[in-house]
Amino acid sequence: MQAVADPLLVVLLLVNFFLLGSSRLRALVSGSAAQGTLLALLVLSVHGEITWQAIAIALGTVALKSVVIPSMLRRAMRDAAIHREVEPLIGFVPSLLLGGLGTGLSLVFARTLPLAPEHVGSLLVPASLATAFTGFLLLATRRRAITQVVGYLALENGVFVMGLTLVEAMPLLVEIGVLLDLVVAIFVMGIIIEHISREFSSIDPERLESLKE
Amino acid sequence: MALALVVVPLIFAAAAAVMPSQRWRPWLLPVCAAAHLAITLAALRSQDVAALGGWLKLDDLGRLVLPIASVLFFACSLYAPGYLALRPERSNRVFVPCLLFFLAMNSLIVESQHLGLMWVAVEATTLASAPLLYFNHNARSIEATWKYLLIGSVGIALALFGTFFLAYAALRAGLGTSLFFSDLVREAPRLSRPWLLAAFVLLFVGYGTKMGLAPMHTWKPAAYGEAPGIVGTLLAGALTSCAFLALLRFYRIVAAGGEAAFARQLMIGIGLLSMAVAGVFMARQRDYKRMLAYSSVEHVGILVLGIGIGGAGVFGALLHLVNNAVTKGVLFLSAGNIHRAYGSKSIDDVRGALRRLPFSGALFLAGFFAVTGSPPFGPFLSEFTIARAAMTSGQAVVGALFLVMLAIVFIGMGGAVLAVTQGEPPPSRREGFRDRLDTVAPIVLLMAVVVLLGVYVPAPLNALVLNAAAFVDVKP
Repeated sequence: MQAVADPLLVVLLLVNFFLLGSSRLRALVSGSAAQGTLLALLVLSVHGEITWQAIAIALGTVALKSVVIPSMLRRAMRDAAIHREVEPLIGFVPSLLLGGLGTGLSLVFARTLPLAPEHVGSLLVPASLATAFTGFLLLATRRRAITQVVGYLALENGVFVMGLTLVEAMPLLVEIGVLLDLVVAIFVMGIIIEHISREFSSIDPERLESLKE
Repeated sequence: MALALVVVPLIFAAAAAVMPSQRWRPWLLPVCAAAHLAITLAALRSQDVAALGGWLKLDDLGRLVLPIASVLFFACSLYAPGYLALRPERSNRVFVPCLLFFLAMNSLIVESQHLGLMWVAVEATTLASAPLLYFNHNARSIEATWKYLLIGSVGIALALFGTFFLAYAALRAGLGTSLFFSDLVREAPRLSRPWLLAAFVLLFVGYGTKMGLAPMHTWKPAAYGEAPGIVGTLLAGALTSCAFLALLRFYRIVAAGGEAAFARQLMIGIGLLSMAVAGVFMARQRDYKRMLAYSSVEHVGILVLGIGIGGAGVFGALLHLVNNAVTKGVLFLSAGNIHRAYGSKSIDDVRGALRRLPFSGALFLAGFFAVTGSPPFGPFLSEFTIARAAMTSGQAVVGALFLVMLAIVFIGMGGAVLAVTQGEPPPSRREGFRDRLDTVAPIVLLMAVVVLLGVYVPAPLNALVLNAAAFVDVKP
C-alpha cells in the first residue's frame, strides 16, 4: 500500500507549496479541491483491501472537499467580487521558504517519533505535520476570509492524513462525525462570509478592526 | 437517564425550531431547563448512570460539571423570556433552538467516555454558539463571530490532532483500538512516551483554546463583548467548565502514565500567564463587558493553576469551577441589564448604575467583589485553598505570584466597576429600561448561591468535589 500512498503524499506536499505561493483565490480554492481528491485516493490506498466502508468515506471526502466546499467558496468569491489576496502579512516568497522549512522540520521530527512497524519509512506522519503547518501559515498570515477558510481546510487535511494511520482504530461512527462536523463548520463559515460581504462590502477580516486590542 | 440528559434538550430544540410563535417560543427554555435539572438531580442520586454500551457514562468528574451546567442554564432560562421580550425586533427562531442544542451538547461532553465522541460534542458546541453570538446582526457581532468560529475551529482541529496522536500512542504500544478513557487510563503506563507527551501538548492547546487560556484567548474579548448576557454566561460558565473537564480527562491519562510532573509544569506556566495577561489588559479596558471576558481568562487560568499545584490545589480548582461559573452568571447577566439601560458598554458613558438600576447595579458590584476573591463570597474560599496548597507544598514562588496577580486584577477591575456603579447617572440616560422581576430574580438566585458557598459548602457538594478531586488525582 505504501507504494501507492507515498507518491500521493508527495503530490499533497506539492499542492501545499502551490497554496502558499498563489495569490489568486480561484487557484487557492482549486488547490484545496485537489487536496480533497488526493485524500480520497489515500483513503482507498491505505485501507488495503477495498471495503464498502472505505469507498463510502472516500466518496464522502470527494463530495465534500472537492465539490461542495469549493463551490460554496467560489460562490462567495463571485458574490463579493474579489479575486486576489491583498498584501499578506508575510510575502509569498518568504511564506514559500517558511513552508519549505516547515516541511523539512516535519520530516526530521517524524523521524524522532517512534513509529509502528507498518509506518516506518512511510510519508504519512511527516506529510500530515507539514500539511497542518501549511494550514497554520495560511491562517496566520493571510487577510481574506476565503484564504483563511482554505488555510483551515489545509489544517484539517493534515489532521485527516494523521487519521489515516488509525484506520483500524477509529470507529466508522467517529469518522462520519468528524466529516459531518467539518461540513457544518464550513457551512456556518460560508453563511458568516456572506454576512461579512454584505456588511463590509468586501471579505477582508483586516477591516474587521473595531474589536482589536 | 444518561440518554435523557442529551435527548430531552434535543427534542425541545426541535420543538422550538418548528414552533411558529415568536412570543411563546422562549418559554420552552425554562420548561426544558427545569426538566434537565430534574433529570440531573435524579442522576446524581443514582449510582450507575450509563447508556449506549459505555459510550455515555456519568463519572465522578461529570457528576460535578453536569449540575454546574444545568443550574447555570436554568438561571439563564428564567432570564431569557424577559430579555427576549425586550428585543421584539430580533427573531428568536434560531436563537432558542441553538441554546437548547447547546445544552444537549454540554450534557454530551460531560457524559461521553469516548475520545472521538467527546470531540464531536465539543465541536458541536462551537457551531451551536456561532448563531448565538451573531444574535445582534451588526458589524461588530459578525466580527466577533468570525473570530470565535475561526480560532475555535483551529483549536478544535488541534485537539483532533492530539486525539489522533493519543490513539497512535495506543496503537504503537500494541494496545489495539480502544479509544475509551477508562481503557487509556488503565493502559497509560504502556503508552509510547513521545506520542503521549506530544498528544497532551496538542490537546492542551486545543481544549485550552476552547477554555480561553492565554495566549489562545484572543477570541474571548470580542465574543463576550458582543454576546447577549445569557450567551456570555453560558460560554464563560458552562462551556469553559466542559472544556476544562475535557482537559482533565486527558490529564488523568498523562498522570496515570507517570508524566504528571510535565503536565503540571505546563499548567502552572499557562495558568500564571493567563492571569498576567488578564491583569494587564483589564487595567486599560474601557468596555465593561470586555472586561468580564478578561476576568474569564483570569479564572480559567486559576483553574489550570490549581491543578498544576496539585494536592489540595486540585480540590481548590474544582471548587473554584463551581464558584466561577455561578459568579460569572451574576456578572454577565447584571452587566447585560446595565448595557440595556444605558445603551452603551463604555465606562465613559455609564455612571451611577447603583442609582439608575438599584438591583442590577448592586448585584454587579457584589459580583465584582465575589469574583475578585473577597470574603465572604465563594471564590474567596477556593482561591484561598489554592494559595494555601501552593504555600504548604513548597511552591511558595508560585503561590506568591498567584496572590500578586489577584491583587493586580482586583485593582484593574475595581477602577472600572466603581466608575460604572458610583456617581450620578447622566441625565440623558434616565429613561427606558428598569429593573424588573424577570430580569433580576435569576441574578439574585445566583448571587444567593455565591454567598452561600462563601459561608459554608453544603455536604453533598463537598462530597461531589472531593470525589471529583480523587478521580482527577490518579497515581501511576
